[in-house]
Amino acid sequence: MRYTEDQVVAEVRTLTVERLRAWVAEGWIVPATGETAISFTEIDVARVRLVCDLADEMAVGDEAIPVILSLIDQVHGLRGELKRLVSAIERQPEPVRASIRQEIAARD
Amino acid sequence: MAQNPYEILGVARDASQDEIRKAYRKLAKANHPDLNPGDAAATERFSEIASAYDILGDTEKRGRFDRGEIDATGAERPDPRYYREYADAPGGHPYASSAGYEDMGDMSDFFSEIFGARARAGGHPGGQQDGQTIRMRGQDVRYHLEIDFLEAVTGATRRVTMPDGKALDIAIPEGLRDGQTIRLKGQGGPGYGGGPAGDAFVEVSVRPHPRFTREGDDIVLVLPIALDEAVLGAKVEVPTTTGRVSMTIPKGASGGQTLRLRGKGVKTRGGGHGDQLVRLQVKMPETIDDELAAFMETWRESHRYDPRKGMGEGR
Repeated sequence: MRYTEDQVVAEVRTLTVERLRAWVAEGWIVPATGETAISFTEIDVARVRLVCDLADEMAVGDEAIPVILSLIDQVHGLRGELKRLVSAIERQPEPVRASIRQEIAARD
Repeated sequence: MAQNPYEILGVARDASQDEIRKAYRKLAKANHPDLNPGDAAATERFSEIASAYDILGDTEKRGRFDRGEIDATGAERPDPRYYREYADAPGGHPYASSAGYEDMGDMSDFFSEIFGARARAGGHPGGQQDGQTIRMRGQDVRYHLEIDFLEAVTGATRRVTMPDGKALDIAIPEGLRDGQTIRLKGQGGPGYGGGPAGDAFVEVSVRPHPRFTREGDDIVLVLPIALDEAVLGAKVEVPTTTGRVSMTIPKGASGGQTLRLRGKGVKTRGGGHGDQLVRLQVKMPETIDDELAAFMETWRESHRYDPRKGMGEGR
């Protein structure tokens, strides 16, 4: 599912087209360029909703929003890597997993 | 069951609107699902908090709740999909970033080795101080491309002009799915101070085809057949994504019956091909002439059958 600028505005309650354009200009939201127009994915819409929540519900100021977004993006990146690491460990034979568990426990 | 909104926000019945707003913001910050990506219960808590504030934050609704005109759920709306739910988006998360592991000493080599290829800056390019010069990886660019159904099935090359004016040849792999992202390494914005270029992410949508649809690796085609073809069987020409082939319709074919053309589907991940599924649709002649009607009248006298046998009684 892809969204045009107007569809995103219709989808998110507290959004206006001016706000959306400002956020795109800031680089907080990065829509894809197309042959005729820019378009948004569901990920972009969820991110727009998050920025709305931060700005409206939590009264986070414009200067703090990129800081928060950048930290959230890093957490997502790290969690993704952690997940891949854990699933790699899960596929190891039991003795290997046991020694990893011991190592971690010994350092706690 | 929905709790009392005053209890959810932890405010007194006679709290001022300002106190309610402050309590709400404090709880929202602590429980927003995107700020608690690993906490499954956060969604539920946050939506409880949000619906409590929906009522108490609005003086009119608060009054109606106090007077018992609306219950604690107020007007419920479906939960939106939170940003964190896309953290594992297939084809890569366009915003996820990894700052790298250079602070981990000897382990940094190990981590770079396994994740290095994936680690990248997202929407916000990260800088790295190297003596006096700043090395910075270039910005990733996103492009949306619409292609035809058949191009996605058979693969194609498309030349597109990126936002920065650069022309790129994009190889559409055989069997591409709608919504898939093609990543072109190093084709994004240029790096600064000798830093590497960003990547180009090409998100591909597939336009529907008037006749063919896709179910996984199979191609589905609805094929109209004539009444006599259904009764007597026939050899007919069927369009496939790679040209026409001839297919045998068995004697006594029914509408809705599916025939399979092996290997005429989409290329699978394993390297094989799916099938083309041909769904038969018996099409009556435009006018039912007297001859046909008269024949059916006599035929049904001696050959009556019940196609709805086995559907049972009632619904």
